[in-house]
Amino acid sequence: MATESKKDMETMTESQVKVEASAQAEDLSAAPARTLWGDAWKRLRKNKLAIFGAIWIIFMILVALTADLWVPQTLGSPTEADSTTMAQMSRLAPSAEHPFGTDTLGRDVLCRVIYGARISLAVGVLATAISTLIGLVMGALAAYYGGIWDTIIMRLADIFLAFPYTLFVIAMLAVIGSGIQNVFVAIGILGWPSIARVFRSAILSVKENDYVDAARAMGASDFRIIARHIFPNSVASIVVYATMNIGGAILTESALSYLGMGVVPPDPSWGIMIQDGQTYLATQPWLMLMPGLAILTTVLAFTLLGDGLRDALDVKMKDA
Amino acid sequence: MAEKNQGAPLLHVEHLTKEFPVEAGVFASRMNKKRVHAVEDVSFDIYPGETFGLVGESGCGKSTTGRTIMRLTNPTSGKVVFDGKDVAKMNKKELKEMRRNMQFIFQDPYASLNPRMTIGEIVSEPLQIHNVMPDAKERLEYVRSLLDIVGLNPEHINRYPHEFSGGQRQRVGIARAFALKPKLIICDEPVSALDVSIQAQVLNLLSDLQKEYGTAYLFIAHDLSVVQHISDRVAVMYLGHMMENSDWKTLYDEPHHPYTQALLSAVPVPDPDVQRSRKRIILKGDPPSPIEPPAGCPFHTRCPIAQDVCASGEMPELREVKPGHFCACHFAAPNPIKGASVEL
Repeated sequence: MATESKKDMETMTESQVKVEASAQAEDLSAAPARTLWGDAWKRLRKNKLAIFGAIWIIFMILVALTADLWVPQTLGSPTEADSTTMAQMSRLAPSAEHPFGTDTLGRDVLCRVIYGARISLAVGVLATAISTLIGLVMGALAAYYGGIWDTIIMRLADIFLAFPYTLFVIAMLAVIGSGIQNVFVAIGILGWPSIARVFRSAILSVKENDYVDAARAMGASDFRIIARHIFPNSVASIVVYATMNIGGAILTESALSYLGMGVVPPDPSWGIMIQDGQTYLATQPWLMLMPGLAILTTVLAFTLLGDGLRDALDVKMKDA
Repeated sequence: MAEKNQGAPLLHVEHLTKEFPVEAGVFASRMNKKRVHAVEDVSFDIYPGETFGLVGESGCGKSTTGRTIMRLTNPTSGKVVFDGKDVAKMNKKELKEMRRNMQFIFQDPYASLNPRMTIGEIVSEPLQIHNVMPDAKERLEYVRSLLDIVGLNPEHINRYPHEFSGGQRQRVGIARAFALKPKLIICDEPVSALDVSIQAQVLNLLSDLQKEYGTAYLFIAHDLSVVQHISDRVAVMYLGHMMENSDWKTLYDEPHHPYTQALLSAVPVPDPDVQRSRKRIILKGDPPSPIEPPAGCPFHTRCPIAQDVCASGEMPELREVKPGHFCACHFAAPNPIKGASVEL
């Protein structure tokens, strides 16, 4: 609305005569392009913090994906230590050659942070994808069919949520064995109850709306009602929740690695690096600070993006 | 409207009853046997092309009647025959076919349109569901013409519902209901959420569309003047029961049921002289709870002329006091309320 009238105003100053015709032509030609996601993108663009978060995430992803092409040549190997030079290279302060300094074994910290980003981002996205998928199906079943389905699924979710999350993940890793693939699976599988809850409550509130009854009265199938009416109106909360959940999953992975349950050394992970560095916090703080900052900025970026998405996906927000 | 009543009714409702469990849930509903008696033994017919008004206080079961006919909820017992077929016994396929010919207009124009769909998508959805116009271009043209018919600018086809006012949104709802050219539209208080000035416009639109397409309406409302404006026949409901049922002129001129009389006496009359001189029948108290409805006539707790017989036994039968005029009262007698009917 607002953009259209703004457009109108702009054209009006240029030429009064053309206004009507051009505005109408624009209205017609631009018409089919107007979609839910297009409009959301327009609103998201105006949110500086969210865009900052998105740019940071994209930057991290690009760096992590291209790491093999340039990191080993410039910063050395993230895992292997050279025993001949280890004594001189150990725990060097940040310098032009080693921007983040080096660790006890003489490995470049920046190099390890970059390779750690691969693991962290992969865990965040994949684990969240797994838990969102399970959570969506469970939440939709519970809310849409209600009754016995609702009781069984939500009580199961309560049981899952009754255990301390990190402890539960550790217990699960103890059963299926540690290692990075199992971390994906464990975080992913155990994350579904909160997603299911959020989605269920979103559906329950949307389901009560007359337009769902209207669709039913038209003869729409269950699938159509869920896909066209319930899902688009409840998906915003899930997008937001999942985005923020990525940050949570990254944190969980770091915690697990810190505790020695996740990534196996010498593979780099932000959690392991913090654990390695904590001994030297007083004398060589960059060992812990750099991976810590990496976690902080990444989780923050996902949270900011999630926050921006929530506002952008609300159709009733005027495009200011 | 006697000539319209020839032939088979389009919709035949017989002894329709709908009860809701007080406590929901798999176990709770079995432990707690209490039921809300929303609709009790309601029967009526609607003939093609006519408007049947259903009036009553909030909570008297008129909306539930409409929703049960549409089978948005399943009836507890009774028969709903639409176009010769029992709605309650239909399978999924028959139900879908039935819904092509029976549409619904909702009370709340804000909740009844999906906020994430443009009005073009909303109006074309019934066409897509029933695959009436598979050609997208043809469908778009048709939707634009529909918007034009209901008084909206077809250029606004790609706007979202929140960009419209309540009256315009209700027009979108009407366009959606008419998209399939149904034989019957259930209008559940279609104007009660609108301003009075907009109400008249929407009512006129509804009667214009009826004249053009010959659609029958089941018109549910709590506003007697609105119902009078549009209905051929009117039925009055109280606590799930149908109390009186007649063509609108007779009902407004010679109400037989004390409840109808009380309702009509509460309608404001635009003539101040008449308004001053008329006697209002004031009902005391609230309607009884539909969970434990009173024995006998449900109205006896508030009725000005109730006798002992009203408080015991069964609900008085809906009997024909005059040809085409039915009333469920032991003491049904005409009692004209001055100024109640106004020719418009």
